[in-house]
Amino acid sequence: MSPSKKYTKIIITVIFICLLAITFLASLDNDFFSGKRNIRQKATAEEAFGFYLEPANKETKISFRHIAPEVDPKLNHIKRQIASMGAAVSVCDFDNDGWNDIYFTNSATGSKNALYRNLHNGEFEDVADKIQLADVNRKGTGVSMGAIWGDYDNDGFKDLLLYKWGKPELFKNMQGEKFERVTEGSGLPPWVNANSAIWFDFNNDGLLDIFIGGYYKEAFHLDSLNTTRIMPESFRYANNGGRNFLLKNTGSGKFEDVTKQYGLTSTKWTLAAAAADFNGDGYPELYIANDYNVDEFYLNKNGERFEEKGREAGVGHIPKSGMNASFGDIANDGNVGIYTTNITEKGILIQGNNYWQPRSERVAEHPSFVDIAQISGIENAGWSYGAQFGDLNNDGFMDLYVANGFISAKENTSYWYDYSKVTGGNSAIIGDAKNWPDMEGKSQSGYEQDKIWLNNSDGLFEDVSDRVCPAATYDGRAVAMADLWNRGVLDVIVANQNNIPLVYKNYAGNNNHWIAFELQGTVSNADAIGARAEVEWDGKKQAQIVTGGMGFSAQNQHRLHFGTGKSGNIDGVTIYWPSGHTDKIKNPEINKLHIIKESKPNN
Amino acid sequence: MQQEYKLENIPATTSFSQWLKNNFQYIPPAFITLILLVGQFTFGILDSYVTLVAAIATSMIAEIILARVVLGTWKNLASAYITGISVGILIRSNVIWPYVVTALLSILSKYVFRYKDRHLWNPSNFGISWMLALYSVNVAGLSIQWGSNLLAMSVIWVLGLIIVNRAKRLHVTVTYVISFIILAYVRCLITGDAFLAEVSPLTGPMYQLFIFFMITDPPTSVSTRKGRMIVVVLVAIVEFILRLNNLIYAPFFALFLVGPLAKFLDLRNNALNNRKHEKPGPGPGSVI
Repeated sequence: MSPSKKYTKIIITVIFICLLAITFLASLDNDFFSGKRNIRQKATAEEAFGFYLEPANKETKISFRHIAPEVDPKLNHIKRQIASMGAAVSVCDFDNDGWNDIYFTNSATGSKNALYRNLHNGEFEDVADKIQLADVNRKGTGVSMGAIWGDYDNDGFKDLLLYKWGKPELFKNMQGEKFERVTEGSGLPPWVNANSAIWFDFNNDGLLDIFIGGYYKEAFHLDSLNTTRIMPESFRYANNGGRNFLLKNTGSGKFEDVTKQYGLTSTKWTLAAAAADFNGDGYPELYIANDYNVDEFYLNKNGERFEEKGREAGVGHIPKSGMNASFGDIANDGNVGIYTTNITEKGILIQGNNYWQPRSERVAEHPSFVDIAQISGIENAGWSYGAQFGDLNNDGFMDLYVANGFISAKENTSYWYDYSKVTGGNSAIIGDAKNWPDMEGKSQSGYEQDKIWLNNSDGLFEDVSDRVCPAATYDGRAVAMADLWNRGVLDVIVANQNNIPLVYKNYAGNNNHWIAFELQGTVSNADAIGARAEVEWDGKKQAQIVTGGMGFSAQNQHRLHFGTGKSGNIDGVTIYWPSGHTDKIKNPEINKLHIIKESKPNN
Repeated sequence: MQQEYKLENIPATTSFSQWLKNNFQYIPPAFITLILLVGQFTFGILDSYVTLVAAIATSMIAEIILARVVLGTWKNLASAYITGISVGILIRSNVIWPYVVTALLSILSKYVFRYKDRHLWNPSNFGISWMLALYSVNVAGLSIQWGSNLLAMSVIWVLGLIIVNRAKRLHVTVTYVISFIILAYVRCLITGDAFLAEVSPLTGPMYQLFIFFMITDPPTSVSTRKGRMIVVVLVAIVEFILRLNNLIYAPFFALFLVGPLAKFLDLRNNALNNRKHEKPGPGPGSVI
């Protein structure tokens, strides 16, 4: 071999070894979950990040514990996987006393849901039994998967839609004193295996309509099956899930199934939904996050029909495991994006979460989105479920809380290998539960800590999960944010599967300011669901939307909360009501909750 | 994966078969491209075209440069194309660099790990196994990320079997598949899982690429028919052991371990025999 060839070979070998070494070293130091937990104490965290989340279950006297659903004995070998959802949380001031209350769902047959009434002194009392919202998981009726609050009859009190793996139920709020079951004759479907539902007024007629997303086919009663062929036909292209329901409020407590008429005929495995107007025509679009397939984006055509435009909008190209849909304006430019969660398991499945940022202003007829989760640093969280944006330190930028963890069973075990055997196979194999390997008590993406990402105001988020709260590795499902103590800060509530919820009291150790708005529709629906508030200060403009449920099996407080940092002056707030009317308020007072009634269009 | 087929002894009965014989090296690249296109246009299997292009471009550019500076020759790029496209399909990542690095490692391995002037590892098997073994937060395999459609699977199987038959490697694929099925049955007796669960991976796309492109790769398989059958049985056995230890990417790792060792022994054995008979000669399919 000539000397030059010899040297060339040496150089190539060195390059090769360097590449091996670099990739090896890079793999050592990148984990989703830091090993260094709780390195900061409360005071240090408050100083460094401006907030600290302290578990307050004891202080609040919230003793609820979620119990997972029972399934047919034929599914016992994968019971933990099938019965992996149902822990939901929704926040509502059901008695209009100005304080947020909390509703938790339970999922075992015979178990009780809990409605924690805020006693204004930092304590909560479970009044669900007293006001007839507890005993809702009776045998034969299915079990609760989530609940959403909405004033469907515009009487000023929020009513409750309970969605289940079973018969959806509607409860009318009787002046905040008790609830009356009004399901019969309301037009709700007899059975839906639902893990998501939202209130929204898709035709802007002032009456709240309902979307319910089906997961398993509605023909199945999961606690008494006559088949084991209930599983998805593919890990990426499954269309054999439950059907969705679009229920139009026709007044007088009646709902009409207009699903087919409005073009929502997909049977993907829906896990989350959220609605907002993305093209400025006043009608809310519908984003649906699907498991085992692509997400869907339904363009609202003047309240008369929906057209699925997921691919055109850029959100429907890559099939993932969509489990969440929540809104947030992370750059204070008035552009509200959509955060969806998926699965990321080191070395096995790298789906990554998405933040779909609108490409254009809200005037484009056909909105489109670009995923900036990776460059924003909010892509990899783990096996994520619910997520919510909210300004946790009132610095004027929306932060992000993501619940993580699928099944925490035996420690240091993993079902992933077994899972990969069937999920990579043919539909005849994956689709039949009897082919799925016995879980034998194994964990799967278990013992994961929830993610808390702090918006650093420069488009980048910082992972502060291990520094702003004590370590907790429950199997997180639903996340809701609400000011539980009326202190002008957002507290966080996380419903954990088969476990206690986490009620975090937020200690915001800073002098940042805030402003909040409680919007009430007059021409629009009374809850003002679909209304958009844009707050402007110091050259920033942050937009938020009133929703009738978003995230995963969750609903935030109804009021919109804006942190404004050190700024002591708000230039103004503009409110775009679903009716098409706009209200503007100049220089609203800071550090105050403003209750704003929609003015009449001719005022 | 790499395919560097040079068919010998195919009877030139027609002009078409003569043309096929002369151009057979382009059939495997065409086949893998067909798999990709069918998958993409029926399901949209690719998460991004950019990553695929990055893998193919890296692979081909690396091959051009390395062949020139190491071997002093211009190489046919069919095998580099297959390596690139295989990396693009079999690796999954949300960022581009793993595609570039895996393709680069794959091609580099051909020029670094050499014995008797032949490379030992199947290039893409080396690159992909290395990246998957690191258990990185940026890289995963295809294992559970494709469709489950029976028709698409059947088309790929039929076409794949025809092509490996033309390449005179049908015995390799068939031996491996039979071994896998038998050992899947043994595994189901051990684990208590359903037989269909154990045999299920064979119905997935990762295995289709593995059995048609990777284990049949002429340059890295041994020189005798019997030897090749023994080697794939050994690959299946090592894979069986790795599977019992819950390794998702067991087939890649098994080939990574068995293939080069078998190739090394085969080359050494051939060299000894050649020396004895004073008849030196390259193995079948050798291009480099």
